[in-house]
Amino acid sequence: MGNQKIYKSFDEAVMDIRSHSSVMIGGFGGSGGQPTRLMLALSKRDIKGLTIIGNVAGISETTGYGWPKNSKPIDQGIFFKKGIANKIICSFPVPASQNPKSHIEKFWLENKDSVEIVPQGTLIEKIRSAGAGIPAFYTSTGVGTIIEKQKEIKFFGKKKYLLEHALSADFALIRANVADENGNLQFLGTSRAFSPAMATASKITIVEVDEIVKVGDLDPNNIHTLGVHINRIVKRRKNDMYP
Amino acid sequence: MKFHLDPAPRLNKNQIAKIATKFLKNNSLINLGIGIPSLCAQFIKDPTILLHAENGVYGFNKFASEENINTDIMDAGGNFLDMNKNMVFFDSVESFNLIRGGHIDTTILGAFQVSKSGDIANWIIPKRGIGSIGGAMDLCANTKEIIVTMEHTTKKNESKIVDKCVFPLTAVSCVNKIITDVGIFELDNNSLLLKECAPGWDPITIQKITDVTIEYDEKIIFMDIDDV
Repeated sequence: MGNQKIYKSFDEAVMDIRSHSSVMIGGFGGSGGQPTRLMLALSKRDIKGLTIIGNVAGISETTGYGWPKNSKPIDQGIFFKKGIANKIICSFPVPASQNPKSHIEKFWLENKDSVEIVPQGTLIEKIRSAGAGIPAFYTSTGVGTIIEKQKEIKFFGKKKYLLEHALSADFALIRANVADENGNLQFLGTSRAFSPAMATASKITIVEVDEIVKVGDLDPNNIHTLGVHINRIVKRRKNDMYP
Repeated sequence: MKFHLDPAPRLNKNQIAKIATKFLKNNSLINLGIGIPSLCAQFIKDPTILLHAENGVYGFNKFASEENINTDIMDAGGNFLDMNKNMVFFDSVESFNLIRGGHIDTTILGAFQVSKSGDIANWIIPKRGIGSIGGAMDLCANTKEIIVTMEHTTKKNESKIVDKCVFPLTAVSCVNKIITDVGIFELDNNSLLLKECAPGWDPITIQKITDVTIEYDEKIIFMDIDDV
């Protein structure tokens, strides 16, 4: 495989993401696990109608959530600010405070059916299932709430469960610490989050990393995401303005 | 908060958080929600209690200082954490295996409303129309014990403990304890038991600001509160 997966620029790595593609954004929310540079490159594309799939989606720009003080936070709201997305599936679209209004809340005001809010554990299991070849699963999360609406219900013993379906995507943009040239990945700390599952659930996974090493340089006992799930690798420049 | 007819000051957020921590058991795995629950961490002195955050860490105990920030180490509230030797990291699949699999012993979280049957509403204000679920539905539906910490009333002095939640639910019949700024309550079999009163408060004055009929023992305890 060698160097075929390594791309020189973030722009080049997202060049073929077309209008109406579905795009998963890795991490949890906040700066650590977020593929910020890939997101910026995608946000510059002249496309429309993306479906964004993420977790804590649009709260950092207005609240600073998960970003160091004195930085300029970016979150998944950037795709709605630029008008290139028309749907989001996430667990945490908006912050507690409405002032100032986030880009996702502004988008929601005009497109109420296009913000789909999914409980976080259900969202990650939908993504994991897609990557694991499981079409649907039952969970007790959401029973007795609006999440239950229009879902198949089944009792196992005396407990009630909802049927939830797998969720895949055309692309996943993720961030890891180190990749080898085959795309085997290691993450740092809490920056792993949704990224490993998303890498298994999308057709093309693009990773931005701090460092690329030669094949064989990573301990094969400590690979967090397998290279077979990774299609493109882009290395961050040192000392750019983002954490 | 203080209202015209209050017989004594209500507890502050740190005091509510400190009281909540005394109900945590040894060797337990605990998830703390945002707001008042996140203040609990500073009062937990038992090293066998592990704090879990749904973004993929347990074993943390304090926030990082401004000059010591590592953006790869944060809690679910977006606060950066200091490293310590108990900490381990994992992805969201494992994190929600812990939650959905019932491996979290106690969750402490805030609420807009709690009903006497233990239903909780904490994710959306109907007037706004959009809210964030995050991990709350998974935690409430699957944790062994749920403790709610909240102010007893809204800013208009309306009871947040209600017969039936009007706000959209997070989960049904799951809350075991409620700790408010005027008392400690247990929910049992559709009844609201007042276990302890804040200093200067008594069951009768608490009943006046509570929409659900309060039951209590004659030997009701009056809390001894630290100044925190």
